[in-house]
Amino acid sequence: MPGETGIWVLIFGDMVAFAAFFGVFMYSRGQDPALFDQSRTHLSVGYAVVNTVLLLTSSLFVAAAVRDFRAGGRRLAPRLFVLAAVCGLGFVVNKALEYRAEIDSGITLTTNLFYTFFFTLTGIHLLHLIIGLIGLGVMWRLARRPEDKPGNLLVIEVGASYWHMVDLLWIVIFPLLYLVR
Amino acid sequence: MEQVLHQRITLVWLGLVLATLLSWGLSSEHLFDSTIARTLTTMAILGVAFVKVCYVGLDFMELRRAPRALRLVFHAWMVGVYCLLVGLYVIH
Repeated sequence: MPGETGIWVLIFGDMVAFAAFFGVFMYSRGQDPALFDQSRTHLSVGYAVVNTVLLLTSSLFVAAAVRDFRAGGRRLAPRLFVLAAVCGLGFVVNKALEYRAEIDSGITLTTNLFYTFFFTLTGIHLLHLIIGLIGLGVMWRLARRPEDKPGNLLVIEVGASYWHMVDLLWIVIFPLLYLVR
Repeated sequence: MEQVLHQRITLVWLGLVLATLLSWGLSSEHLFDSTIARTLTTMAILGVAFVKVCYVGLDFMELRRAPRALRLVFHAWMVGVYCLLVGLYVIH
């Protein structure tokens, strides 16, 4: 099993909490589909597509880094963690630009229920991503160490699983907020 | 770099990016012009998302080599959330 039991309890707990959030969103959408559809048209799908590709790419780098580290490589894995973090930071910058564009056009958390969901759901996800970025920093440091402590691989696998969960949750948020009409 | 990235996970990544573009393409207005079309398109868009989730879980999270119970919980989450979202969409 990649990582250890505790991280999977945390990951599935988080995934269940997000699933409840997704369900409440879809239920609320059904109560006023016209409002949700009209509000959704103000979002720029381009930001979300770029962010999806950034997260998928960062996940690829992390998955490759874990495989390299496990195989005994100590030069490639740290570089791959840096590349993953660059993609993650790109997501943060892109999200900030999207928030700014929305706020500049007069849209905020309290504009209507759709935007309350939009800012809350993407905001909580962004918080998870920032925690994941800190994790990538720890993984980068461990991967650079020449000595090979048995716990290092475990920490790297735990951080990687968490990072992939952040990617996975975004994969559901993307169609839910931006695509479904 | 080449050796590590020339693996199954790179092909999976490519498939995931293409699937993202496919779901973006599916969201065009004419595919939502009737109740049936809207429902089928939504099922397809969410379906593509959960297929992506499946590959992220199995290949990136390495659940393919994880204990069966962990894989079962993961698949149960996927199927459960997909049915929940489609169900709530269809009801209204």
